[in-house]
Amino acid sequence: MVQVTIWGSLAAATDDQTEVEIQASTLRELLDGLAARYPALKPQLERGVSVAIDGRIYNDSWFTPIHEDSEVVLLARLKGG
Amino acid sequence: MSKIHVTTTINGDPVDFLCDGGESLLDVLRDRLGMTGSKEGCGTGDCGACSITVDGRLVCSCLMLGAEAEGREIATIEGMADGETLHPLQRKFIEHAALQCGICTPGILVAAQSLLERNPDPTEEETRYWLAGNLCRCTGYDKIIRAVLDAAKDMREAS
Amino acid sequence: MALDSKTGTAPRDFKIIGTRPARPDGIDKVTGRARFGADMSAPGMLVGRVLRSPHAHARIKSIDSSAAEALSGVHAVVTRADFSAPGEDVADILDNCMAGEKALYDGHAVAAVAAASAAVARQALKLIKVEYEPLPHVTDVDAAMATGAPALHEGRANETVPEGHSPNVMARHAFGHGDIDAGLAQADRVLERSYRTEATHQGYIEPHACLASMGPDGQADLWCCTQGHYMVRNTCAAILGITQGQLRVTASEIGGGFGGKTTVFLEPVALMLAKKTGRPVKMVMSRAEVLRATGPTSSSSVDIRLGMTSEGRITAAFAELRYQGGAYPGAPVDMGAMSAFAPYDLEHVRTIGWDVVTNRPKAAAYRAPGAPMAAFAVESAIDELARDLGLDPLEVRLKNAAREGTRASYGPTYPAIGLEATLRTARDHPHWSAPLGPNQGRGVACGFWFNFGGDTCVSLNITPDGTVNLSEGNPDIGGSRASMSMMAAEELGVPYDKVRTVIADTGALGQNEVTDGSRVTFAVGLATIEAARAAKREMCKRAAQVWGIDEEAVIWEDGAARPSGPNAGEHPPMTLAEIAAIASNTGGPIAGHHEVNAEGAGVSFATHMVDTEVDPETGAVKVLRYTVFQDAGKAVHPSYVEGQFQGGAVQGIGWALNEEYIYDDDGILQNAGFLDYRIPVASDLPMIDAVILEIPNPGHPYGVRGVGETSIVPPLAAIANAVSASIGARMNDLPMSPPKVLAAIQAR
Repeated sequence: MVQVTIWGSLAAATDDQTEVEIQASTLRELLDGLAARYPALKPQLERGVSVAIDGRIYNDSWFTPIHEDSEVVLLARLKGG
Repeated sequence: MSKIHVTTTINGDPVDFLCDGGESLLDVLRDRLGMTGSKEGCGTGDCGACSITVDGRLVCSCLMLGAEAEGREIATIEGMADGETLHPLQRKFIEHAALQCGICTPGILVAAQSLLERNPDPTEEETRYWLAGNLCRCTGYDKIIRAVLDAAKDMREAS
Repeated sequence: MALDSKTGTAPRDFKIIGTRPARPDGIDKVTGRARFGADMSAPGMLVGRVLRSPHAHARIKSIDSSAAEALSGVHAVVTRADFSAPGEDVADILDNCMAGEKALYDGHAVAAVAAASAAVARQALKLIKVEYEPLPHVTDVDAAMATGAPALHEGRANETVPEGHSPNVMARHAFGHGDIDAGLAQADRVLERSYRTEATHQGYIEPHACLASMGPDGQADLWCCTQGHYMVRNTCAAILGITQGQLRVTASEIGGGFGGKTTVFLEPVALMLAKKTGRPVKMVMSRAEVLRATGPTSSSSVDIRLGMTSEGRITAAFAELRYQGGAYPGAPVDMGAMSAFAPYDLEHVRTIGWDVVTNRPKAAAYRAPGAPMAAFAVESAIDELARDLGLDPLEVRLKNAAREGTRASYGPTYPAIGLEATLRTARDHPHWSAPLGPNQGRGVACGFWFNFGGDTCVSLNITPDGTVNLSEGNPDIGGSRASMSMMAAEELGVPYDKVRTVIADTGALGQNEVTDGSRVTFAVGLATIEAARAAKREMCKRAAQVWGIDEEAVIWEDGAARPSGPNAGEHPPMTLAEIAAIASNTGGPIAGHHEVNAEGAGVSFATHMVDTEVDPETGAVKVLRYTVFQDAGKAVHPSYVEGQFQGGAVQGIGWALNEEYIYDDDGILQNAGFLDYRIPVASDLPMIDAVILEIPNPGHPYGVRGVGETSIVPPLAAIANAVSASIGARMNDLPMSPPKVLAAIQAR
């Protein structure tokens, strides 16, 4: 199980929990797991999210490995200029 | 309306062209003569990217009519290097990394050359005020000023 | 894909990285030979021009182009009716390029013509009859959020917006952790302040320009100035209903972007005109069109609540940010809200961001989008509290600075970062202790930016004479070709001038993320390094074949293949040039390539320090001295790193002191030109001192961090703090133009 931090406004979609646990070993499994457990998250997941794993930002890399003791934070989709 | 036939000299070469009465010299250079080195950044004489000299005087070519080139000596960025040999200003700009995107560079080089022709030993302040009519958005002007002052020094030592 | 396992980041002595060679496109740019967006022509070319709405908000009831089409020399007129319904991804982009039911801002495109000359095109525009029904409009962000504000769209708010808000509120973002009220209760001093900034434009000197041609079979070619020609290809293909393979986009040299050229404005229209006329169509924007109808940044209205102990520890940090993103959703308020308190180690922090639409052009990215306005508010508040408590502003920041292991205000834990290094270097720098005279003040501020990776392809090909052709897909906006050549040369062990880097068109590589997010030196750099390593492996294989030994027994060192040890046998090294010369004999031409969705970009921090002098009679502000302290991870080409620091700082100076979009009561832009939208000129500025720090990014083989954007984040507050110190009154409203400064002086 991986512990995931959900940022402020999304907590409304996870029953106000800012820390949730999901069974996942890759980024894709994490996002699918979140969508399955918390359907209210789906609109944001579809709009796009970035995921910080141990402090590094990942955008779409589905098979990025996630370890049980990784720090995982769900973020807004980041883009630059 | 029939076109005007203009005969002039550009970078030392005799040139003649046809243009509408309302066409700017910048439009003529770029669209009729294929000389795209001078750039249009604003069309209203505020950015200096179209700088050229006319009979040795620094001018925004977007503010001048093509027809006004009749009988004059026009100098553009394309005439700054001497064949293979770059002008010291051009060399110093590359050396000092005084350009990033490079769109303002032709105008600034023409303007800087005009400054050094009048004042071979300008101060930093004089250089900044002379170039105040040439906008650059990438560099913050720091390396541009350094390059101009360094080129001026080289040119004084060479003469 | 994480690259640690493949690349490794062991420190090393670089031969080329960190030096300052001449850039490959330098001569073309100083002689006027370089071709920018408007510098291309084609035989039979037509000129395209756009008709734009004179109203800030209006229903478009009808468009009659018959008189225009009948004019001799006019080949086609295009309106929204020519475009089929787009996918949801590009619907707003298309509507912004060509209005549908409503014109949503002054300058919104409503029709376009292609004609035999610019003069005929201008005449034709006058003959297009558009029937408008003007509607009430709103340009201010707070006014747009108020009940009863004129609504641009109905029902487009997403699920994050609570019931009862104006239909102009598109989204609500929230970040942070802890309990603000608990934190404020622990403070000795609490500050509550509101701040406002105006919309500004990236101000690139080159207006948007393109040359499009399209055949009846759907094959199309496009030349344009852009930060991302692969993005242009994908967006235009989607809008025109062709495949990405049918549209080949070539990126011209680009005369500045800063984020404003990471989307399309003219390109789909030019392609549609080219399609309808069967001729190449060239379109170039005027400066007025650039200011009215491309993508300025958001104006903002920000409330801060900050609690601090008398020793200077921040106990609670709260910000509510309201940004208007122009006529469509997507203001960068989420990134503003995430980055606002990022430099600080906070137990209790919360930010809320509101994305609001107004009758203004659709905002596009501008160098660290969303961050400068947020940092302006936060860094001003910290400065005001610090001064109220009699504390040193740099020491207060050091006391609260985030470091490795700190939980960022936006969520993740920081790995090794350079913030404290920039603060300490700033504190110990002679600038900090230099004396100040009358009417002079000094300000400091910190800044942060994320930096990104993204899709990247690099193809490295070696010619028979041993020169290296590097093809990459990211337009060079700051000198990145030089850095790519340097990285390839370093990796291959060959001289810098043996490598030629070109920006390949969209037919040559698969996909490349735009040049944004300070990503190119990082992402294209690491792809270049990987491509070079692949080429080295191939060359070692060739040498092994020639020597008749095992591949594993050959290594690459100092530009040549060598036996790995005495057991491998006595073989004189084979240089890259020697192997290239026999490539055909040993299997064929030699190349290496690498495709990756690059991740692991490091965040980047900066501290800026500025001295200002204010004329008490006019309120004019003079910038006397400016120093940038920023962490670059590893500066590949220090001159170009300095250039990014200086350029970002000066854009920040303009934003702080002078630049703003001015709308009248009818919602019409009043200053659509460089005379009245005044960006800094050479005589406004001193030299900008750049101090490069290097705290390596563990996610890049050479430790590189992006640098292009962070430098625009601190200047707004640094200058406001300096001006406030100069006059003894806080400036909470940007720009600090002379009338406002004078009013603040007089109100003291």
